[in-house]
Amino acid sequence: MQDVYSIPSVTGIDLNLQIAGPGARSFAFVIDWHIRLLAALGWYVAGTLILYQTLAIDYSTTSFVFNLGVVYPALAIYFLYHPIIELIMAGRTPGKRIAGVRVVKADGAMPGIGEILIRNVFRLIDHLPVFYCVGLTVSILSKNSLRIGDMAAGTLLVYDQKAERQPQALSGDAINRVGMDGLELAHDLLARWDRLDVPVRNELARQLLTKFDSLPDELHSINFRRELEKVLA
Amino acid sequence: MEGRVARWFELRSRVWYEVAAELRAVEHGKHAAPATVRELVRSYPEIARDLAIARREAPDGALTRHLEQIYLELHRVIFRSPGNWWRDTKFLFLHGAAIESMRIRWHMIWVTALFCLSAAAGWLLVARYPELATLFASEGMVETVMSGQLWTDDLHNVLPSSVLSVQLFTNNVMVSLFAVCLGIFFGLGTFYIISLNGMMLGSIFAFTHQYGLGMRLFEWVAAHGFVELSVICVAGAVGASFGEALARPGHLTRLASFQQAVRRGLKLMVVALVFLIGAGFVEGFVSPNPNINLAGRLAVGLGYWVLFVLVMSGGLGRLLNIFRRR
Repeated sequence: MQDVYSIPSVTGIDLNLQIAGPGARSFAFVIDWHIRLLAALGWYVAGTLILYQTLAIDYSTTSFVFNLGVVYPALAIYFLYHPIIELIMAGRTPGKRIAGVRVVKADGAMPGIGEILIRNVFRLIDHLPVFYCVGLTVSILSKNSLRIGDMAAGTLLVYDQKAERQPQALSGDAINRVGMDGLELAHDLLARWDRLDVPVRNELARQLLTKFDSLPDELHSINFRRELEKVLA
Repeated sequence: MEGRVARWFELRSRVWYEVAAELRAVEHGKHAAPATVRELVRSYPEIARDLAIARREAPDGALTRHLEQIYLELHRVIFRSPGNWWRDTKFLFLHGAAIESMRIRWHMIWVTALFCLSAAAGWLLVARYPELATLFASEGMVETVMSGQLWTDDLHNVLPSSVLSVQLFTNNVMVSLFAVCLGIFFGLGTFYIISLNGMMLGSIFAFTHQYGLGMRLFEWVAAHGFVELSVICVAGAVGASFGEALARPGHLTRLASFQQAVRRGLKLMVVALVFLIGAGFVEGFVSPNPNINLAGRLAVGLGYWVLFVLVMSGGLGRLLNIFRRR
């Protein structure tokens, strides 16, 4: 069961956000950590090989070009990954995207540069003493699963369910025939059709068709899926 | 009843498609046409009404979930803060930093006093008990000083200036940010960092002074130290303001008071950290350069510090206004 965070809106209709817990937060972080580590290492190795054709280099003799073009960008990739990517991707990172979460302000709006900087600066405290122990503990114990950085910035980590496609099966005629509830039931059954056992889905479809008064007389040759689709058309 | 719902669906479904498509365009593109934005703002209350109907008719239905997402996305886009990086940054450096400095001026005074007192305490401790120097400096540093040299003498030969600069400013930035963030422990963490840094500075000066190297250490510090130490004090003041916001939230809740202090304090830190990064480059390129004498170092150090004070006090903005009027 996910926690729901309701935000009052000017329209009087509350917005409901589903709070991402410590699990989703950790999952996103681990993916991001690997991405930024690999990206920084990749940059460093590629740059060093291009400049020196070897990785065994004497740092006291390295050139300014090496530092400017290889060392600094690699460090920047590692340390500035979160703030920059979150800014560019409006509160998401590749890891958060894969975990299906995003950062939003407490009023539901997209976080600005200030919020993103603040929540990332406070990683200094959250990561103490090792492996984000403080952040993880605080997010487990706090209301809305916030780490200290989120508390400071006034942000939330919420599930970012991509807008579901508009239900194709709904139509005005179908609503007239079987009502919204019936349509939703039929739609859900069709969506899960291939994952259900044949006797179970046939029985469910039979019950729905009976409820809709659309069950044909010839039951021995009936294709339940086609009959349901006909009702929804 | 179902007839009304069906009619509503027939009437509105096309609008939902259009709004979802427009939202996708706004989300991925940098700019949206004014007409699109107007259309989105107009559709916000309409989608809210549709969502209310959908929640009533099919609380957990696919259509309701679809409208929830459209409504959320619309809300995010419409209530996104307006951003003008260049204008905001210019304002921050010319006026904003001064406003925030003024707000926490008493914190700055007290933190600077704490830093100076700690430095004096460190000096006195090491002057009285020289063996305590090992508490504040590594064994290598102590041995180098006892052999009549400064640990900074060979720094330039070990690392190129560019690498040295990055190492130095990274370390300084981390110390400053820790001083700020540890303010969440009701300011005590900040006081600890400031006291420790003050004691380290005082004790190391006392220790080098005992071996006749005090002036050479001052020469090393002269080019970058004024700004570096000032930024540490500013960071301490910001951290202390976080602590105060938590300890004495006033009419706000503790969390809201903390968030307000963080928002305002971090603005000041952005400016201070820019100067700290500059000080790192001065420390990497100017401080180790044996060809620059004390006068040159003082000119760089004090000139840079005056610029820092001008920005922090709003003097730079006032000066620019005067020039503009002329």
